[in-house]
Amino acid sequence: MGESILTASQAYIPLEAYILVSLIMFFAGVYGFLVRRSVLLMLISVELMLNAADLNFAAINRYLYPEHSEGFFFALFTIAIAACETAVAIAIFINAYRNLQSVKVNSISTLKE
Amino acid sequence: MDYSSLLHMREELSLLGVMIVLLIYDIFKSENGKTVFQIVALLVVAAHTFANIVPRDAFEIAGGMYTYKPIHTVLKSILNIGTLIVFMQSYSFLEQPENRIKKGEFYFLTLATLLGMYVMISAGHFLLFFIGLEMASIPMATLVVFDKYSRKSSEAGIKYILSAVFASGISVYGLSFLYASTGTLYFDDLATIITGTPLEILAFVFFSAGLFFKIALVPFHLWTADVYEGAQTNITSYLSVVSKGAAVFVLFTLSVKVFAPLAGQWKPLYYVLAVASITLANLFALRQQNLKRFLAFSSISQAGYIMLAVISGTPLGMASLVYYVLVYLFSNLAAFGVVSVVEQHTGKLTIDDYNGLYRSNPRLSFVMMLSLFSLAGIPPFVGFFSKYFVFSAAAQQGLYVLVFIALLNTIVSLFYYLKVIKAMFLTENETPAASIRSSLPLRLSLIICTAGILIIGLLGTVFETIGSMSFGL
Repeated sequence: MGESILTASQAYIPLEAYILVSLIMFFAGVYGFLVRRSVLLMLISVELMLNAADLNFAAINRYLYPEHSEGFFFALFTIAIAACETAVAIAIFINAYRNLQSVKVNSISTLKE
Repeated sequence: MDYSSLLHMREELSLLGVMIVLLIYDIFKSENGKTVFQIVALLVVAAHTFANIVPRDAFEIAGGMYTYKPIHTVLKSILNIGTLIVFMQSYSFLEQPENRIKKGEFYFLTLATLLGMYVMISAGHFLLFFIGLEMASIPMATLVVFDKYSRKSSEAGIKYILSAVFASGISVYGLSFLYASTGTLYFDDLATIITGTPLEILAFVFFSAGLFFKIALVPFHLWTADVYEGAQTNITSYLSVVSKGAAVFVLFTLSVKVFAPLAGQWKPLYYVLAVASITLANLFALRQQNLKRFLAFSSISQAGYIMLAVISGTPLGMASLVYYVLVYLFSNLAAFGVVSVVEQHTGKLTIDDYNGLYRSNPRLSFVMMLSLFSLAGIPPFVGFFSKYFVFSAAAQQGLYVLVFIALLNTIVSLFYYLKVIKAMFLTENETPAASIRSSLPLRLSLIICTAGILIIGLLGTVFETIGSMSFGL
């Protein structure tokens, strides 16, 4: 099915659009991480950052280097790793909720100088 | 397909074998086996360490995805020794009634992070590198919350996992731009393709933020003190030595191999980070009362000293870096060993609690003194030699101002290290901490550390051996 793959010039959506979306996703994630007061929302924000990177990898691979599939594999592995991270993070949050009765960052402030 | 080339990954396979054996033993052990589990685990890890201590010839498999250099064996052996010492120090902690059931998990998780570091060190491709980085940091987060019922641990765990994921998110985003600019993620190919375009510089800055987080250099250090304080002391020592050592080594190889064309950019960056880490961490360490926080800031400033070797970017720098990690391992693990045993038996953790410790525990105080002298870099001890080599590696590249700033900072650091020694030996105390009888493995680990502190500096062959393997990186 080689002919069905569009080349970069034939592609309807330009690469820049993907990069723009991923940039917005990434910085929305950074903003959310810094602003949100609940650790769960912070985790979601971080996931957004990782997904922005995945989108970048997939789009760049498809448009600029279609002869290899390194970017796709990287995105695949990143998705798997992000899932592990989320699983562990949520386990930690649940355990913390049992100990602290809250997952708001304001209440997580025992450790200070 | 032929998988036999995978057999070349001897260290990784051997460690994986150790992990599986311990896991199966942990699951199926009898009531009887529970008492000897730790002894078996220590012996198996020791056997693994000795089996992999001899360097082999360099090779690469999977098209350069996994590379092996003799220096990797040196570093992996150093990490093995560090892990073994941490295990010895955790012995009595894991024999406590509330932890007995979690013994197996502790060993398995710790070895899982070690496997991740192995992969990270030997990676020849950013994908494998990233997998290794995550393999090292995800089990680490679960180790930080090892004490499930403690509020402090929970808090430290949240802080660690969120900052780790945030850092890796930034890292991966940087890598995506590196891929956009070059079209490959193999280290060998990248070294020839990178020319220093703005996109590549951006990618490098994003990517290296993740590594700086792991090493805990100053603008990226905010998680360190909290996590070190909240985690169980033996896990803190593992985090401060083994995890950091692997990350520093990788930063060096990546900077010198992959990002060599960007040297004009990363040298000033590392310069600022090194100065900031050494100076600010020293100033923060001055006002710490909690010994774990104190050692956290001390380890940040030590990481700053290691950065001097990274900046030099020469084979001498590599040799001094590996040597520094080795020395730092013995010194820091000795200090943490004493802190953990005192905490376990008396529950005391502040510097004031150590007043008059010499009266009740002369040997522990002596080990602590040696390790702090070594961390400060006082001449007869090994810490002096490691600092000397790091400084000479930087001075060889003409970075005299940097060396001067670092030297001034060793004087500042002397002040706070001596504060602990003064508390132990000179301050009078009516009610010093009770006399402690520590477990045999812990005593053995302290003896090994003390021997390391006293002897390695005088054995010129150690540095020569590391140096001879550092050439060609």
